[in-house]
Amino acid sequence: MTDSVSPSSTADAPARRIMVLFAHPSPNRSEANRPLVEAARAVEGVTLVDLYAEYPDFEINIDREQERLLANDVICFLHPLYWYSTPAILKEWQDLVLEHGFAYGAEGNALRGKLFFNALTAGGAETAYSAEGQNHFTIRELLRPLEQTAILCGMFYLPPFALFGARTAVEEGRISAHVADWTRLLRALRDDRLDLSRAAALPRLNQNLDAIVRSSGQGIPSVGEG
Amino acid sequence: MDGVLFNTFVYLCAAVIAVPVAKQLGLGSVLGYLIAGIVIGPLLGIVGSETEQLQHVAEFGVVMMLFLVGLELRPAMLWEMRARLLGLGGLQVLATGLLIAAAAWAMGPDWRTAIAIGLIMALSSTAIVLQTLSEKGLNGTEGGRASFAVLLFQDIAVIPMLALIPLLALPGVMDLTAQGGANSAVGAAVVVGDGAAPAGFQPAALQPVDLQPAKLQPVELHQAPAHQAKSDVRGGAHASMSLVAGLDGWAYALVVLGAVAFVVLGGHFLTRPLFRYIAASQLREIFTATALLLVVGIALLMTLVDLSPALGTFLAGVVLADSEFRHELESDIEPFKGLLLGLFFITVGAGIDFGVFAADLLLVLGLTFGVMAVKGGVLLVLARLFRLATGDGWLFTLALAQAGEFGFVLLAFSVQNNVIPPDLAELLSLVVALSMLLTPALFIAYDRWVLPRLSGRDAERPADEIDRRGSVVIAGIGRFGQIVNRLLVAAGVRTLVLDHEAGVVEWMRRIGIQSFYGDASRPDLLRAAGIDEAAVFVVAIDDRDRAVALVKQVRRDYPQVRIVARAYDVNHLYLLRKAGADLALREVFDSSLKTGGAVLRALGEHPFKAEKMMRAFRSHDEEGLEQLYELWDEDVELSTNHALLELVRARTQSEQSVMARDRADLHDRTERGWTPPPRHPNE
Repeated sequence: MTDSVSPSSTADAPARRIMVLFAHPSPNRSEANRPLVEAARAVEGVTLVDLYAEYPDFEINIDREQERLLANDVICFLHPLYWYSTPAILKEWQDLVLEHGFAYGAEGNALRGKLFFNALTAGGAETAYSAEGQNHFTIRELLRPLEQTAILCGMFYLPPFALFGARTAVEEGRISAHVADWTRLLRALRDDRLDLSRAAALPRLNQNLDAIVRSSGQGIPSVGEG
Repeated sequence: MDGVLFNTFVYLCAAVIAVPVAKQLGLGSVLGYLIAGIVIGPLLGIVGSETEQLQHVAEFGVVMMLFLVGLELRPAMLWEMRARLLGLGGLQVLATGLLIAAAAWAMGPDWRTAIAIGLIMALSSTAIVLQTLSEKGLNGTEGGRASFAVLLFQDIAVIPMLALIPLLALPGVMDLTAQGGANSAVGAAVVVGDGAAPAGFQPAALQPVDLQPAKLQPVELHQAPAHQAKSDVRGGAHASMSLVAGLDGWAYALVVLGAVAFVVLGGHFLTRPLFRYIAASQLREIFTATALLLVVGIALLMTLVDLSPALGTFLAGVVLADSEFRHELESDIEPFKGLLLGLFFITVGAGIDFGVFAADLLLVLGLTFGVMAVKGGVLLVLARLFRLATGDGWLFTLALAQAGEFGFVLLAFSVQNNVIPPDLAELLSLVVALSMLLTPALFIAYDRWVLPRLSGRDAERPADEIDRRGSVVIAGIGRFGQIVNRLLVAAGVRTLVLDHEAGVVEWMRRIGIQSFYGDASRPDLLRAAGIDEAAVFVVAIDDRDRAVALVKQVRRDYPQVRIVARAYDVNHLYLLRKAGADLALREVFDSSLKTGGAVLRALGEHPFKAEKMMRAFRSHDEEGLEQLYELWDEDVELSTNHALLELVRARTQSEQSVMARDRADLHDRTERGWTPPPRHPNE
């Protein structure tokens, strides 16, 4: 298992394997999440797990999930924001899979050094997620429990990749740009082209991808990557 | 008798040799039959004079085909496709007819002759096209459905055409035909006012299935339609088989309406009690006989009132499409239809006169390609007009570009009515036959050139999630199948339910569950029920051995369908799995488990704890099911399979400890994950 945040990258094999844990109780109704799922499936090196499809009765197979965690370097929760948190099955997943002795505790080192972040869609506008707005906190602030979970498990926490105003994103034509950003982010993570320390300081990952994604093989930020 | 046996042998031989070879070469069965006909007819000259009698029988294949087509079409579906039927079909007949008539007129003949030629060539071959579409599984595509609508319109349009053609009679050639019968090739074949009916089925003049190529075989146009009673071609034709001879127009109309009403009402109200009664007798051959009797009876009735038997049986089919006996009827009639239709194609092949063909080679080829090009052009424009997708448009265009078997009938009828001169008719019937012969080639062109180009384009289309779910065939609608079916129907899945007890089916229908009578272990019935298009096949019958046999058979014949089977016990489950079931479920396992859980709760166990215990038990049990399967042997008696029994013992013990462990070790199977970290971490 890798212990470093930035494993060395070779030309062929992806530097990091990514697991996207997708949770949406009715994905056929989701205009925003469905294209994100499709896009993630299309990126090589990404394993997409549809939790509601795999465990329709919430009977999560702990052993299988832990094996999957071990086999990947980046863990991403892809979900709509429900009550400032994840849909229920992702909470159940945390309750069951992040066992003492595996994810935390004296001998719980299995997740150490992995990257963790949320990719979420929120109904409200970004302005609503601020001290002055309806929700009083920024999206990153609201996700503090997950940030602390990552820290307790020794994972490197990245701010959320968020789509705001998801209910109107399709009619306003914002989906395709968001999906393109998503693909770009996944590829950059996979190929170790994301400036992690800069990214970690952002309020959300997709605020300025140009500033944190390096073009292939280069160490300097570049604007033209895509 | 020897002659009959010999001919039967020759025809069967030709079909048995030619058709599989043609299919293997990707040419389709229709071309195989046609080639078989050419070989035994014009090429080898083994068959000759008897083809004319055979054709009377073979024509009945078309009648049966339309009955089957009708069975597939519920009245509501027919109503739904009315726009297509009239728009697409009407425009096709009108535009093609006009264009070909104009072209013909430009080449010389009288305008009346030209119009008749236009009408004749506007028709396409229902027999070839429907057969080939279903063989290639293109029935359900948009292109296939559009083709069907046009063919159906054409079949109906034959009736007004038969009424119109006598009005186009050329002035001054009236007398010619009367004697022409003696000296022209076609005329010799046309017997006007024949009193003696030949053996077998006697088509009336209006019968669109009287299909002989006119120049080779005699066409028995012995009865002119009665509503043309005043027409002089009729002669004393109605002596033999007509209820409507000599009736006035209005009386005739009444009789025709009465006959149609009889078919519709009788089909709706009388057939069901009859079939129910027959089904209760459990005699399969009598059911088949009844089905044949129905088709033959309706054909006879239609013939008696000078209506098309094909249309009559089509109507009967539509009426019966909603009945629970639909699939049983379908599978009973299907083999007869297939053989007769094959025979029909053979006779078409055998009827091609290579002498005439060779003499006018360029002219025949030129006319054939001309006609097909005009027809194809019109179809292509219509496909654009009705917004068929590119692939469907091409299928539609290529499928219907030939002239059809009704063309032979109309040609003979036109000659008889002095609309088309005999020698021209001879040439034209060769054009019709050749264009039919070329149709399989067009289908091959569709497969080779159109389809490959489309695959990329179709991939871009987003998947339609609901429609792709496909349909489900359920065998057995007892207590088990019923629940399965109700859930699926509630979820909006198209299901088709079969049960071999007519009483059960009737009861199901009474409470509003669509189901059909029939023995699911009959391969032909399964096919009629559409198993080759089904996504899932559910075996819910309670006869254990039949269930295994059924799974085996379906797995062998339809490798693509997912089979979900109801198992009686573990041994039966293994048998089903070995037979090829994708999923076999023990019929009482879940309810027993639920009962156990309910008892735990009744004993005061926390409901969620009880639930977790049930889950743990289930996963332990299913794990064991897999392990035991390794040791299970169909041929070894369970009580002597010691390895298996040992494992069962071991598993039962571990099962008891699965939950007992709870007391000693907090990390037991039912509590895992929710367990708090140790109280005194040794950090």
